[in-house]
Amino acid sequence: MGEDYRQVLRTLSGIANNPNTGATLIVGLGCEGIQAEELLKQINTGGKPAGIVIIQESGGTPNAIAAGTAKAQELSRLLAAQQREPFPVSELVVGLECGGSDPTSGIAANPAVGAAVDLLLEAGGSSILSETTELIGAEHLLAKRAVNSHVASEIYRIVNRTEQRAIAQGTDIRGTQPTPGNIQGGISTIEEKSLGCIFKAGSADVQAVLEYGEQIPREPKGLFLMDTPGQDIESITGMLAGGAQIVLFTTGRGSPAGSPVAPVIKVTGNHDTFSKMQDNIEINAGTIITENRPVAETGNAIYRELLAVANGKLTKAEVLGHREFAIFRVGYTY
Amino acid sequence: MIRAICADARDNVATLLETGRNGDKITVETGLDSNTATLQSDVPAFHKFALRNIATGEVVIKYGESIGKAVCRISAGEHVHVHNIESGRGRGDLES
Repeated sequence: MGEDYRQVLRTLSGIANNPNTGATLIVGLGCEGIQAEELLKQINTGGKPAGIVIIQESGGTPNAIAAGTAKAQELSRLLAAQQREPFPVSELVVGLECGGSDPTSGIAANPAVGAAVDLLLEAGGSSILSETTELIGAEHLLAKRAVNSHVASEIYRIVNRTEQRAIAQGTDIRGTQPTPGNIQGGISTIEEKSLGCIFKAGSADVQAVLEYGEQIPREPKGLFLMDTPGQDIESITGMLAGGAQIVLFTTGRGSPAGSPVAPVIKVTGNHDTFSKMQDNIEINAGTIITENRPVAETGNAIYRELLAVANGKLTKAEVLGHREFAIFRVGYTY
Repeated sequence: MIRAICADARDNVATLLETGRNGDKITVETGLDSNTATLQSDVPAFHKFALRNIATGEVVIKYGESIGKAVCRISAGEHVHVHNIESGRGRGDLES
């Protein structure tokens, strides 16, 4: 209903039009709120191939599966004809996420990712910072870097909106944000968490603020801020709907999260976490702390990994089959 | 000696890099500078301790910015965390 309906629709069509998506098969029941035909219209405006199967029209599960399989075969044949072509780094859009943060995130992992993002942006690429809750306490630092006063006021607007939603719950947000895990790890307040989080955006100016799932513009290139919740899966899904092709994900306590739509590269600043969860984590930024390695060195390593993944290297999340997906809702189900 | 990182010269807390016990001497690194401090309580790895005395209601500073306020007096060397620092944001529990 209302804004919630528009948000879900734009997220689904954004995912279907993500550069990583080849084609989409929409499976609708037939009578639901988001109508398959409406979604197909949205997807068509982006130009990616799509097909529809309606369970009620097909006549139930086995018939819908048969019809869907036939449609999917057509779409697969279309995709099989595509040729790989080289593209410049300026075509890359990288989503930034943190999950299971601890104090090493603000000291090591996020600064290292920030260094990599600066390299990406220097090469003409773009990046999306998100998780509005995790800007509370640090928003003034980002607003100073806004390209104009409109963008600065947009930053304050989305942070205020999120904070007011939390306050309306009538409790202290602490315990939800920061989470019990963040707190156990040593993060005491949301301000502390946010100040550590924003390092991952590097040093670039903020070009624009995007709503959840809103498409990143073709121009200008650079750093964007998207209004997403701190919940990792919803946040990643929103950035991918906006056009992010790869996600750089920092974690203190560890996270296995992946996505069905994009590779998710993991970075931790906590050397213990890296040892324990090597199966899930690509980069150990913990050496910044344990061996006093320069942040720029790990930043370079992250940027090289980013390019390798863009060129086809599989992330650990993909190898393990992690395909988490969730859409941020702003309304109730009725 | 156990190391701690002070993120910014304006900070009144530092982050311990390993678990520390009451009485431990700590090397506090602020950029290329280092100083020593002594812990006045047990502090888990990656948790904060006070670099100087912090008064009730005084702003706790990390990264050169406010991360909240002390809810009681905090002595230099003491563990600083959810038991003695409160946030100024997202406080739906407070009367407006």
